[in-house]
Amino acid sequence: MSDREPLFSKKNLNLLSDPMDNSNPITVQVLGICSALAVTAQLKPSVVMSISVMAVLGFANVIISLLRNGIPNRIRIIVQLVVIAALVILVDQVLKAFVYDVSRQLSVFVGLIITNCIIMGRLEAFALGNKPWPAFLDGVGNAAGYGVILIIVGFFRELLGAGTLYGYKIIPDSWYIVNGGFYENNGLMVLSPMALVAVGIIIWVQRSRNRQLIED
Amino acid sequence: MKAIRNFFENTKPHVQKGSKFHWLHSTHDAFFTLLFVQKDTSKSGTHIHDYTDLKRTMGIVVLSVVPALLFGMYNVGYQHFGALGQLADTTFFQLFLFGFLKVLPVIIVSYVSGLGIEFIFAQLRGHEVNEGFLVSGILIPLIMPINTPLWMIAVATAFAVVFGKEVFGGTGMNIWNPALVARAFLFFAYPAQMSGDSVWISASGIEKMADGFTGATPMAEAVLGNIEFSAWDAFIGLIPGSIGETSALAILIGALILIVTGVGSWRIMLSTIVGGAFMGVLLNLFAVNTYMELEFWKHLIIGGFAFGAIFMATDPVSAAQTVRGKWIYGFLVGVLAILIRVLNPAFPEGMMLAILLMNTFAPLIDHYVIQGNIKRRLKRAQVNA
Repeated sequence: MSDREPLFSKKNLNLLSDPMDNSNPITVQVLGICSALAVTAQLKPSVVMSISVMAVLGFANVIISLLRNGIPNRIRIIVQLVVIAALVILVDQVLKAFVYDVSRQLSVFVGLIITNCIIMGRLEAFALGNKPWPAFLDGVGNAAGYGVILIIVGFFRELLGAGTLYGYKIIPDSWYIVNGGFYENNGLMVLSPMALVAVGIIIWVQRSRNRQLIED
Repeated sequence: MKAIRNFFENTKPHVQKGSKFHWLHSTHDAFFTLLFVQKDTSKSGTHIHDYTDLKRTMGIVVLSVVPALLFGMYNVGYQHFGALGQLADTTFFQLFLFGFLKVLPVIIVSYVSGLGIEFIFAQLRGHEVNEGFLVSGILIPLIMPINTPLWMIAVATAFAVVFGKEVFGGTGMNIWNPALVARAFLFFAYPAQMSGDSVWISASGIEKMADGFTGATPMAEAVLGNIEFSAWDAFIGLIPGSIGETSALAILIGALILIVTGVGSWRIMLSTIVGGAFMGVLLNLFAVNTYMELEFWKHLIIGGFAFGAIFMATDPVSAAQTVRGKWIYGFLVGVLAILIRVLNPAFPEGMMLAILLMNTFAPLIDHYVIQGNIKRRLKRAQVNA
């Protein structure tokens, strides 16, 4: 077959890169906000959450894409949910086995990946009508777009809110007011309203760079 | 004066459209109109000009907070030397000078960071620079504890200007009172610096407090069940508290200026005080602890109630606009402020939260007042027909 599309054709690469910017699930499609606000108080849970969503979304897209011709249209949502739920349970078990403390921190939000709008949205919009390989790339791309925002927000919230990054101290102890310095951690950063403001800033920056994204 | 005018006249061609420094034109304009009367008139359409423009209005508000500001400076010195136990040895002038030198940096920081951001945004967006921040910039220092580090005030001011104002479109478009956004930001971000017993008195040089001296505000004491404070001191303002909020007397002078010039809404002021008094009486009737037994009129002179009612709740942008809406809005501000203050020990001062909450609801109140009016008049029209 000579007309066969190469694995990393331009079209396929766009599936990976578009969600990072022009069709970012959080800042443009405004999906998955709930977990973005809840788990980003620190960097580590943000990273773990991004990887979990990437695993679930990538494989769910592949599985649904493989099954797409066999799923009766009327029950497709149930089939999708079964696939997602099975994958989420797998991810949850892996997290519990290998990174137990982070798994406890994420608590209910791992289970809530099932209800993450991004996943359902990609299955409906892409996997049901495309071959497994593009579907896989689309899933990984969207999860990466989600993860980038999570990690940026988690970076600033942990740095400004707790003075640490990935659990390591960044702000020296001697800077703090209690030790005779001048600095104080910003308590508002740890609260979820500030995550909303942080996502807002990202949206602001993105749309002033790329004016096509501005709606009327 | 002539030299300054000449400077502006000479630089004017350089900021005209198409010339090199055009991007600075709104800065040029802002300083020029601040100093002189603008000669240019509008070139198209019909415009009605009034001598009370935004600048005059803001100027009067700034003037009206001056008594509270001056008294706040004096009180900073009074509290400091009172804590040292040296009140008898210091003169009035020494007290005032101490407070003046403490408060001045706060005002400068608030203006520099706030106006800096305001100018940057005006240049970027090609807007005129608005005078709105002249008022916010003086209100922010007045509602801060004297010990707040200056960089925190800069951060809070920046946050308030960007997220309280500019994201909504600048002066006149904000939902919340920017000065209160700054205070709310500090209150939640750095609680240790904004509440407690040690932040209200300038502590530099204090090693040993005088015996029996406490730095807690009357409200912090009242939460603990100790409601014994001198009502006269609270009215005059010789109590610990944020810089400008302690003196009900100085605030009343400001209120007089606002009401006489018609800049502040007397309806909001009155209804806020009525609301606070109503809630105070209600709490007295159902009192189960000593704080709830506090006479209702004492609530009005402690803490930020008076300051909030006169200068914060009346902010013409974030308050309700309709006449009936103003009554409802003010009344609920008063009720909520006392309710939060007395019943929630986590928030010793309820005025800030009450005003911010009611700012949020002000458009809703206006909407229903207007809809009600339309409905009433429609009904009348149909009966006549």
